[in-house]
Amino acid sequence: MSSTPLRPDLAAIAAMIRPGARVLDVGCGDGALLEHLKAKNVDGRGIEIAQANVNACVARGLAVVQGDADTDLVDYPAQVFDAVILSQTIQATEKPRVVMEHLLRIGRRVAISLPNFGYWKVRLSLLAGGRMPRTRTLDYSWWATPNIHLCTLADFVDLANECGATIVEAYALDEHGGSRKVEPGSLSHGWLGPNLFAQGGVFLLKKT
Amino acid sequence: MTEAPRFLRPVAAPNADVGLAVTFDAPLRLDCGRDLAPFTVAYITYGQLNAAKSNAVLICHALTMDQFVASDNPVTGKPGWWTDMVGPGKPIDTDRFFVICANVLGGCMGSTGPAEIDPATGKPWGTTFPLVTIRDMVRAQKRLVEHLGIDKLLCVIGGSMGGMQVLQWAASYPDCVRAAVPIACAARHSAQNIAFHEVGRQAIMADPDWQGGEYQLHGTKPSKGLAVARMAAHITYVSEVALQRKFGRALQNREALSFQFAPDFQIESYLHHQGASFVDRFDANSYLYITRAMDYFDLAGEHDGQLSEVFRLNAARFCIISFSSDWLFPPVENKRIAHALNAVAAWVSFVEIKSDKGHDAFLLDEPEMYSTVRGFLNHTAQDLSSGSGA
Repeated sequence: MSSTPLRPDLAAIAAMIRPGARVLDVGCGDGALLEHLKAKNVDGRGIEIAQANVNACVARGLAVVQGDADTDLVDYPAQVFDAVILSQTIQATEKPRVVMEHLLRIGRRVAISLPNFGYWKVRLSLLAGGRMPRTRTLDYSWWATPNIHLCTLADFVDLANECGATIVEAYALDEHGGSRKVEPGSLSHGWLGPNLFAQGGVFLLKKT
Repeated sequence: MTEAPRFLRPVAAPNADVGLAVTFDAPLRLDCGRDLAPFTVAYITYGQLNAAKSNAVLICHALTMDQFVASDNPVTGKPGWWTDMVGPGKPIDTDRFFVICANVLGGCMGSTGPAEIDPATGKPWGTTFPLVTIRDMVRAQKRLVEHLGIDKLLCVIGGSMGGMQVLQWAASYPDCVRAAVPIACAARHSAQNIAFHEVGRQAIMADPDWQGGEYQLHGTKPSKGLAVARMAAHITYVSEVALQRKFGRALQNREALSFQFAPDFQIESYLHHQGASFVDRFDANSYLYITRAMDYFDLAGEHDGQLSEVFRLNAARFCIISFSSDWLFPPVENKRIAHALNAVAAWVSFVEIKSDKGHDAFLLDEPEMYSTVRGFLNHTAQDLSSGSGA
């Protein structure tokens, strides 16, 4: 079992997963979340693109397949997993909409965390600095970033709607690791909502 | 009946553990439709079987390997072929696990094969020996495992043709396998692989000393043909990058090109050496039979090509390991197995290890492979004892 605390978005996702569930973690990194869930008797599987991470996962006794979310999700059958997890990954995929549709096909529930490009500091950085924003969580030059499809929380809600998904739960994450449950409707309406004040978001979706 | 195995060649290392051989009288029904009886399985074990008989690890060997995984080969006198993987404190830890490795059916290190005497005629089988398949090899191993009183293997592991046997074990006996580690293999032999094997077989059969397969009766050995077969096969075991790095265009024992056909290049002498040392330790007919068994391997064949159907409801956990520069069993073929297992939501890990050593990487010093196997086996054993997991 992992002794280091989970990243805040992963902790929020972990709280969404029921004990005993069968879960697929797409882009599972070094397996921190899967290992945490294993202690909850969750039957977890992972996909990870980086070889070093995959090896670390396998050596930890986790079921992880080296693969790419953009190309490999098509091989997974429909509705086999109780939940599919995509943490801080959707912005790095080539085709976020295709990935989303696969996730909704494979899992009965989809848990997603993503950075919010609508966060006020990001907006201010572009407005005042006139250069592509670099933040603590998105600390890359524009020409080196793997994050090729950044969006705001409101944008993501639009995509979820486009894909025919219902938002079951939504959480706003702040800079200090705090998370707060929010009304999904508050993400796309009004000016002074989570889309401005949250550094990131965590969503639980299901196919409508 | 258990006794010491009978080897075709004299023993070079008299102090080495020769292992055991068990002969089964009940016939083995083969895929070709023939019954084989009696038949012998030569094997070796390392470590102790625990009281619950839950710590057995079966290692399946590759085409030209044998049961001597972790101890000196009594016939060649050379060290075992996987000594960095298997032994006390090694990834397959013989202090914890009871390790079994058997010579394959059709082999030439004590298990029944074409060089043995056909009891019906009193003469060597030669090419009258029935064609055996990977599934037949696994059937013979299953008899051995039952003979040892083991209901369920903790793990079946092997590379190349050994990996094919691992997959066949999981497919044929899903209730007997807790964990499967197929390394550098495929669920079917490709056209290219069959082609290379056919070149090797034709080289053997074109050697006049092959004598229509009856060379033992004529006191000859098709050494030239077998050496050429090995030379051709050896090229497929290494990567182009590794060959270039090791040999390049370097000349062998000369300053300039000879303008003759004697080996000028180091790579030529190297291949000659590979061929020559192989014929000393391997039977030509065995080579024909075992390569044929690999050619026939197509796990999805009996399920209309649907590989995932092979593994439906399979409770074993799989750890598939491939090597980036392996062009004989490339990562994409290994990954096909992982995809098929994913499709039925089986418990599967897949690792592609970056290596420039080609197919033979699984026999060489690959720290990532060792750590993967060690971690996977430890957790499998741990989850078994705690009653959780797959």
